[in-house]
Amino acid sequence: MSHFTVDTARALPGPDWLKDRRTAAAEEFIAASMPTESEEEWRYSPIADLRLDSYRLADVGEVADHEMDDKMAVGAIAEVDIVNGCLVSVAGLQTLTSHGVTVQSAADYPAGRDLLGSVINGTADYFTQLNDAFTPTPVIIEIPANTMLDGVIAVHHHTTHNGVASFPRLIVRVGANAQAQIVNVESSESGVLVVPVVELDVQHAGRLSYVNLQRHHPQAWQVALHAAQVHRDAQFVNLIAGFGGGYARTRSATTLAGRGATGNLLSAYLGSGDQTLDFRTFQDHAAADTTSNLLYIGAVGDTARSIYTGLIRVRPEARGTNAFQTNRNLKLSDQAWVESVPNLEIENNEVRCSHASTVGPIDEDQLYYLESRGIPTQTAERLIASGFFEEVLSTSPVKAVEQEIRNTIAAKLDQQLRIAEHAIG
Amino acid sequence: MIVSGLVIEGLEASISGSAILTGVDLTVGSGEVHAVMGPNGSGKSTLAHVIAGRSCYDVTGGSVRLNGLELLGLPTWRRAEAGLFLTMQAPIEVPGVSLYGLAMSSKCVRIADNHQHRQVDVSGGTTGEDSAVNAQDAKQDARAAIDTAISERVREESQKIGFDERFLDRSVNVDLSGGERKLTEALQLGVLSPSVAVLDELDSGLDVDAVRLVARRVKKAVEDDGLGVLAISHYNRFFEYLKPDVVHIFIGGRICASGDAELTDIVEAEGYERWQADTDQPAGSEDAKSELFDDPFGDPFADRLI
Repeated sequence: MSHFTVDTARALPGPDWLKDRRTAAAEEFIAASMPTESEEEWRYSPIADLRLDSYRLADVGEVADHEMDDKMAVGAIAEVDIVNGCLVSVAGLQTLTSHGVTVQSAADYPAGRDLLGSVINGTADYFTQLNDAFTPTPVIIEIPANTMLDGVIAVHHHTTHNGVASFPRLIVRVGANAQAQIVNVESSESGVLVVPVVELDVQHAGRLSYVNLQRHHPQAWQVALHAAQVHRDAQFVNLIAGFGGGYARTRSATTLAGRGATGNLLSAYLGSGDQTLDFRTFQDHAAADTTSNLLYIGAVGDTARSIYTGLIRVRPEARGTNAFQTNRNLKLSDQAWVESVPNLEIENNEVRCSHASTVGPIDEDQLYYLESRGIPTQTAERLIASGFFEEVLSTSPVKAVEQEIRNTIAAKLDQQLRIAEHAIG
Repeated sequence: MIVSGLVIEGLEASISGSAILTGVDLTVGSGEVHAVMGPNGSGKSTLAHVIAGRSCYDVTGGSVRLNGLELLGLPTWRRAEAGLFLTMQAPIEVPGVSLYGLAMSSKCVRIADNHQHRQVDVSGGTTGEDSAVNAQDAKQDARAAIDTAISERVREESQKIGFDERFLDRSVNVDLSGGERKLTEALQLGVLSPSVAVLDELDSGLDVDAVRLVARRVKKAVEDDGLGVLAISHYNRFFEYLKPDVVHIFIGGRICASGDAELTDIVEAEGYERWQADTDQPAGSEDAKSELFDDPFGDPFADRLI
C-alpha cells in the first residue's frame, strides 16, 4: 500500500494555503504515472527499478533524534540544518538577521506562498509533484536587495532511516544588487529515497554562487531538481559536486530570463562501485544578450555508470546569446560506462553556441610522461584523474568548498585504486 | 663486473612489425657525455623511448642495463627510480598536475640533510589513542617538511635555468611554448637527480641563451654528480657547450660510426652522406641514389638493393 496518498499530503502541518497546495499536487501526482526509460528525459536511467511503495515518510521522532555530527567545515557564517525535509535549526541567525537575511519555513513567511514554486514553473515533472505534495517544511532564504553578504550560508540536509523518503524544498531569492554564497550539502543513510527541489531566483544585477555537494550513502537514491531563474544583468554560478548515491539523478534547469544575465554552470562528479550518476541540464535562453557556460567533468570507475544529457535552448527573442556546453568524462575501468549526449535547439540566428563531449580512459601518453619521472603507475593514474577535475575546481565559486571537494575526490580515487591493486595482487 | 652507467647491447626493437632499432651497442659511463646524431627517421627517438620503456614498442632483442640492473621488462617508473631520466622531444601536457605535484609524487627526488631519511614511528610503543593521533600528526608534519623541501628544490632549479617561477604552480606543459616545455624538462632533470639522462633534442625550441643555461646545468650535473648523458641533437651549438666525450652517428636504427667531437663538424659540413652509404638501408630519393653511386666510400652494390 502506498504511503503517498492525498490524505497523507493533506495531513502534513502548515497553513491552509500550503495544505491546499500539497493536496492539489498529490491529486496530480496520483493521476500521473511513473516515468519510464522510454522517455527521452529518462533514457539510460534505472528508473524502472524504483519501487516508490516501499518507501514511507519519516516520523517526527526520526527527525528529532538525529544529530548533525558529520558536518563539513566550510567556515560558514550561518548553518541551516534540515533533517528529512524538516527545518531543525539555524545557527548564526543573529548575523543573518543583522543583514536583513531571512531563513524561515515558507509556512511562516509572508511571501512564502508566492515564492514556493515560482522558479520551477515549466520544469515540473512527476518527482517535483511528489515534492510539492509531501515536502514538510519548504525553507526560504531571502537576501534583500542591495545586501552584500560576505561568507557562506551552509545548508545541511540529511535523510535518516532505511525506507524513508524525504522531500526537502529550498527556495533562495537574491534581491536586486545583492550578493550571496550558498552551499547545500546533501547526506543520507542507507536505503533512503531523497527527492530535493531547489529553486534559485537571482533578481536584477544580483549575484548568487550556489554549490550543491551531494554525498549520499551509496545505497541511497536521489532524484533532484535544481532550477534557477537569472534576471537582468544578474550572475549565477553553480557547482554541482556529485559523489554519493546508488542512483543519483540531478536535473539542473537554468533560465536566463533577463537581458545580460549570465550563468556559469559547473559540475564535478565521480562514481565508483556500482553507482549510477545521472545529470540532465537545460540552459534556457529566454532574453537577449544572455550567456551560459556549462562545464561538467566526471569520472567513473569499477562498474559505475554516468549519464549526461544537456540541452541548450535559444528562444526566438534571445538574440546575442552566448551558450556553451562541455562534458568531459574519464573512464577509470573497462567495466565503467559513460553516456554523454549534448543537444542544441536554436531559434535565433544571431547567437554563438557550441557543445562538445568526450569520453575516454586515462591518457596513455600522460601516464608514460609521469611514469618516466619516477611516479609509480597507480600514483600517476591518481594524479591524472584528480588533475582532470582541476579545470572545474579552480573556478569553484566558493573557495571554502574547493579543498573539501578535492579531498573527497582524492579519498574516492584512493579507495578505487586500492581495490584495483587488490584485484591484481 | 658491474659497469656504472648505461650499457646497451644488441638492442633491437620494432613498432607494428617494422624494425626500427637494428642492433644498438652503446655504453655511457658515469660522468660521460655521449652525443647521438643522425638523420630524421633513423630511430634516435625510438632508442630514447625504448630505453625508457614506452609500451608501444616491441623489444625483439638485446639488453639495456643501468648500473648493472637490467631495465628491459621493468615498468617505466621503475627505470626512473633506478636512476634513468628521459627528457622528451615533445613533452606531454598533463592538465591539473603541477611541477610541484609531480616532484612530490616522484620516487626520484633526493633532498638534502635531515628530511630524506626522516622516519616517523607510527606504530609507536604505546597503544593509547592520543599517541596514535600524535604519531599521525608527526607523520603529517614529516610529510609536510619533505614537501616544503621539495618545493624549495624545484624553485632553486627553476632559477638555475631561468624558468619563470609563475609556471611552477600551473599544469605541467599546458599552454607553454616549445622552449618553455624544454626548460620544464631541464628543470626536472635537476630536481630528479638521475644517474643517466637521455636528452632527446632537449635543445630544440630553446633560444640561444636558454641553450647555454640548460647545457651548463647538464654539464654541472655531469661534473659534480657523475651524471652520464646520452644527448640526441641536430645542432652543434648544444654540443659545443656539452663537450661530448664520444659522438655517435646513428643511421638505420644502429650506430654506424663513433668518434670524438670532430665528428660533429663533419656532420655540420657534409651531412650524413658518407655514413648513409655504409648502411644496409638504401637512401630514399633518386638524387640520393646518384650521389651514393659517386661516393668512393659508398657501397658499390647499394644500387642493386633498390
